[in-house]
Amino acid sequence: MQKTLEPIIVTAVALLFSVLLIALFITSTGNDPIAVFKTIYKGSFGSWFSVQNTLVRAAPLLLTALCTAIPARAGLVIIGGEGAMVIGGLFSAITGISLSGNSPIFILTAMMLSGAMSGGLWIALAGFLNYYRGVNETISSLLLNYIAIAILNFLVFGMLKDPETLNKPSSFHIGEANMLGVIGESSIHWGIVFGILLCLLLWFVSLRTTFGFSVSIVGGNPRAAKLAGISVGKMIVISCFIGGACAGLAGVIEVAAVHGRANGSLNSGYGYAGILVAFLARHNPLAIIPFAILMGGIQAAGGLLQRRHGLPDASVEVIQGMMFVVILGSEALYGRMPFFKNKSIGVSV
Amino acid sequence: MIDTKQKAGVNVSRRTLIKGAGAGAVVAASSLSPVAFSEEKTVNMGFIYVGPKDDYGYNQAHYEGKSGVAELSWVKAFDEEQVAETIEVQKSMESMIQLDGAQILFPTSFGYFDPHILKIAPKYPDVMFLHCGGLYDDSKHPENVGSYFGYIDEAVYLSGIVAGHMSKTGKLGFVAAIPIPQVLRNINAFTLGAQSVNPAITTNVVFTGGWANPVKEAEAATSMIDQGIDVLTCHVDSPKVVVETAEKRGVYSCGYHTNNLALAPKGFLTGAEWNWSSVYAMYAEKIIKGEKIPNLVRGGLKEGIVKSSSYGPSVTAAAKADAEVAKAQLVAGGFSIFKGPIKDNKGNEVIPAGKAYQQTDITLESMDWMVAGVIG
Repeated sequence: MQKTLEPIIVTAVALLFSVLLIALFITSTGNDPIAVFKTIYKGSFGSWFSVQNTLVRAAPLLLTALCTAIPARAGLVIIGGEGAMVIGGLFSAITGISLSGNSPIFILTAMMLSGAMSGGLWIALAGFLNYYRGVNETISSLLLNYIAIAILNFLVFGMLKDPETLNKPSSFHIGEANMLGVIGESSIHWGIVFGILLCLLLWFVSLRTTFGFSVSIVGGNPRAAKLAGISVGKMIVISCFIGGACAGLAGVIEVAAVHGRANGSLNSGYGYAGILVAFLARHNPLAIIPFAILMGGIQAAGGLLQRRHGLPDASVEVIQGMMFVVILGSEALYGRMPFFKNKSIGVSV
Repeated sequence: MIDTKQKAGVNVSRRTLIKGAGAGAVVAASSLSPVAFSEEKTVNMGFIYVGPKDDYGYNQAHYEGKSGVAELSWVKAFDEEQVAETIEVQKSMESMIQLDGAQILFPTSFGYFDPHILKIAPKYPDVMFLHCGGLYDDSKHPENVGSYFGYIDEAVYLSGIVAGHMSKTGKLGFVAAIPIPQVLRNINAFTLGAQSVNPAITTNVVFTGGWANPVKEAEAATSMIDQGIDVLTCHVDSPKVVVETAEKRGVYSCGYHTNNLALAPKGFLTGAEWNWSSVYAMYAEKIIKGEKIPNLVRGGLKEGIVKSSSYGPSVTAAAKADAEVAKAQLVAGGFSIFKGPIKDNKGNEVIPAGKAYQQTDITLESMDWMVAGVIG
C-alpha cells in the first residue's frame, strides 16, 4: 500500500511546489497568478470545447511518451519519438496510397501495421547499436530524428509529391473515405482511444507479466539479469521496438486522422513533448495517461493565455519546464522521507 | 453579409489605408464617404501566426498589420503566435470564434489551409476565413473562405536593382527556404532586377530545407560571404540571421518581410516589405459596412499591399534613381518583370521573346525554374 502511495504523494507534493514556482513566474510577468490559473483551467477543462481541445492534443502524447517510457524500463534513455513518428507517418502514407481501391478497414489496418513496424524498427536500431556496438542510445536516437526528417523531406519534396501541393509539398491524399473519423459528435478523433488502450496494455505487460519483469531487471541491473539467464540484448531491442512502434502509430494517426497526407507537419514536436510526459510519469504507462492529459491541457490553454493576458507563447513551455524540473528533482525524495520509511526496523536516525 | 460569390481577381482599393508600422492615424475613414455606425458595433478580428511575432520577418509583418488595424476604435483584434500547422490551428480558430466572437479570421501560414481551414470553415458559415498566400478556387472551396496575398516580387525586383548597383564583385547571395513557386519567383525577380543593371550578375542560392532553420541560414550566409558574395538577401520566415551575419562580416544586405534596417545599420541597402495593415483595414471596413468580402485579393506596389524599405546609408544616388524609375513603372502598371526572352539556368528558354507576363498571371504562381545567372 505504501509502495503505491509514495509515488503519488511525492508527485502531488512536487506538482504543488511547481505550482508555487509557476505563480512566482506569472507574477514576474506582471500578471495576477490567480487570474492566470483560472484562465488555464478555463482553457483546458473549463468547457466541453476546452476538454475536446485538451484530449485532441493529449492523443499523440500518449503514444510518443511510450516511446521513451518503455525503453526506459530497460534502462535506455531514448529520445527518438519524433523520428519514429515521422517514419511511421511517412510509411503509413505510402502504404495507404499504394493500397488505394481497397476497403477502408483494410487500408487503415495496413497503414497501422506498416507505421508501427517502421517506427519500431527505427528505434530498435538505436537499441541494437547500443547493446551490440556500445553506441549511446540517447545520441543515436536523437540523431536518427534528423535522419528521419531528412528522409521525409526528401521523399515528400521529390518522388511522393502531389503536384497540387505546390506551396506545401505533401504526399498524395490517402482518400477521405480511409480517414480515421471522430468519436460521435465531438471533434476528438479515434486516435486517443488507441493511445489509452496501448497505455493500459503496456502497463499490464510491463508491470504484471514476466516479460515486463524481465525488462525491469534488465533496466535495473543488466549484469544480474544476464546471470539470471535473461537475454539482455533481446530485451533491449524488443523494448525499443515496442516504444518505436507506439511512436510510429502516433505518426499513422496524424496522417489518418488529421492531415490525410505525409508532409512537414508530421515533424511538430510531439515526439519531444512525449519525452516530457514519460519522465513526469516516471516511465509508468498508466501514469502517462493523466500526465499526457495535463500537458495537453496546458497547451490547450496556451492560446487563451496569449489572448487574455498577453503572455507570449513561450510561457506554456516555461510552465511545462518548471513542472518537469521540479518533478525530476523530487526523485531525490524517494526513500528518504521518514513517513515512508519502514517503521518496523527500529533504526534510530 | 456574405451572399453572392465573387469572381477572382479583385484588387485592393488603391488608397493605402494605413502606412507602415507605428503610424497612428487611420486614413481609411477619411478617404471613403463617411459612414455613421453606432458605437457598439465592433469588428472582431483574429490573427494566427505560425512563428513568433517578433521574428523581424513573416510573422512580425502580420503582427504589425494586426497592430495597425487594432488602432481603429471599432476593431477588436486578437492574435496567437507559434501555432503549429496541425490540429492546433483548428482548435485556435474555434477558440477565437467561440470564446472571442471572431467574425473574421486570418490564419497567416500557408500550411493552415488544407486540411485545417477547409475543415473548420464549413462549421462556421457566418465567419470569414481569410488565408494568406493560398489560391482560392470558387469551384472547390466554401464561400466563407478567401485568400489574400501580395506581389512582393515587385519589391524584391527593386531590391535587386539596388543590389546590382552596390555589388562590387558582381556576386549576390540568396538564402532560401524551400524551392516552391513563391520563393523561386523572388529569387528570379531579385536576379532579374540586378541583371537589369549588370547583365553579368550571378546569384548563388542555398535552400535550407525549411522556413525557420537559423543554424543552416547562418552557415549558408557565412559560406556565401567566404565565396566573395557581397550582397545577401533571403526568403525565410525570419531574415534576422542572414541580415545580422551579413552585417557582422561587413557585406551588404537586402531585407525581407519587414524593415530590417535596425538589424544592419551600416550594410542595409533596401528591402521588400509587406503592408498588411492596409489589407486588414480594408476587410474590417467591408464588414462594418456590411459589404461582401472579396474571396481573392492580390496586389503589389500599386495597391499598397507591398512596399520597398527605406534606403540604407550606403546606397548611392545612382542606385536610388534606377530603383525609383522602376518603382514608378511598376506602380503605373504595365511593366513586366517576367518578360521574354528569358532562359533558365539549365539553358532552356522558359519565356519566349515577345511574351510578357503580367503580375496577375496565374501561371507565375506555379513557377518551377530559376533564371540564368542563378547558381544553385
